[in-house]
Amino acid sequence: MEYLKAFIVGGIICAIGQVFIDKTKLTPARILVGFVVSGVILSALGFYEPLVEFAGAGATVPLSGFGHSLAKGVRAAVADKGFLGAFTGGLSATAGGITAAIVFGFIIAVFFKPKDK
Amino acid sequence: MSLSSDEYKKMGEAAVPKTKCLRNLSGAFLIGGTICTIGQFVLNFYLDAGLSTPNASAACSMTLIAFSAVLTGFGVYDKIAKFGGGGTLVPITGFANAVVSPAMEFKSEGFVLGLGVKIFTIAGPVIVYGVLASVAYGIIYWVLKIM
Repeated sequence: MEYLKAFIVGGIICAIGQVFIDKTKLTPARILVGFVVSGVILSALGFYEPLVEFAGAGATVPLSGFGHSLAKGVRAAVADKGFLGAFTGGLSATAGGITAAIVFGFIIAVFFKPKDK
Repeated sequence: MSLSSDEYKKMGEAAVPKTKCLRNLSGAFLIGGTICTIGQFVLNFYLDAGLSTPNASAACSMTLIAFSAVLTGFGVYDKIAKFGGGGTLVPITGFANAVVSPAMEFKSEGFVLGLGVKIFTIAGPVIVYGVLASVAYGIIYWVLKIM
């Protein structure tokens, strides 16, 4: 059941991305920026956490979940250290993902050649 | 039903983009859903291993990023993306793909100005606007809290 919920909610969020690809002239970078910022806003308004509780990875794996992590990190850090937390919370909470992208991105780029499209 | 060739042409034009759209939409749903389901497996694996929920969630993201980086290196991710569209772009694996692809492609222009700069072609704006939004939210949250 847990897996089915993750599949359906994750699938729907990705289908929304597909609508933006097909119906607008937005580039992938703009669409991803839109998803992250939407995730921050939805999390700030309290809508994203219930979705995560319902769908688990179906809500955290799409990039809107990355925005949710940023917002959640900021929320916890502000509660903990006040104003300073607004500046430290976001990147602290997402450090693992960003660092992993840089490290694995670098390693793969060093050892692999781009394939012909 | 008899149709003039003009009418037939019009009907064809009306029908083609619609089916293409539907195919793209179902492709995105299936591939995106599958990636999230794999994510749930990975997440449960870390939770069963005894990690706290936030740590398991971070470890899950990192694992998916590593998978996607390797698949991008072998050129497999881009093949899946042809069918998956938004289903391969929107998950965190699409973010990883957007980091690895330009880094790999621009390595030939040098490690600093090629790889080092282009690795952030798409990750850069995502991180910039994500962080800006989170700081704006943090300040609003702080003001509401002290009031």
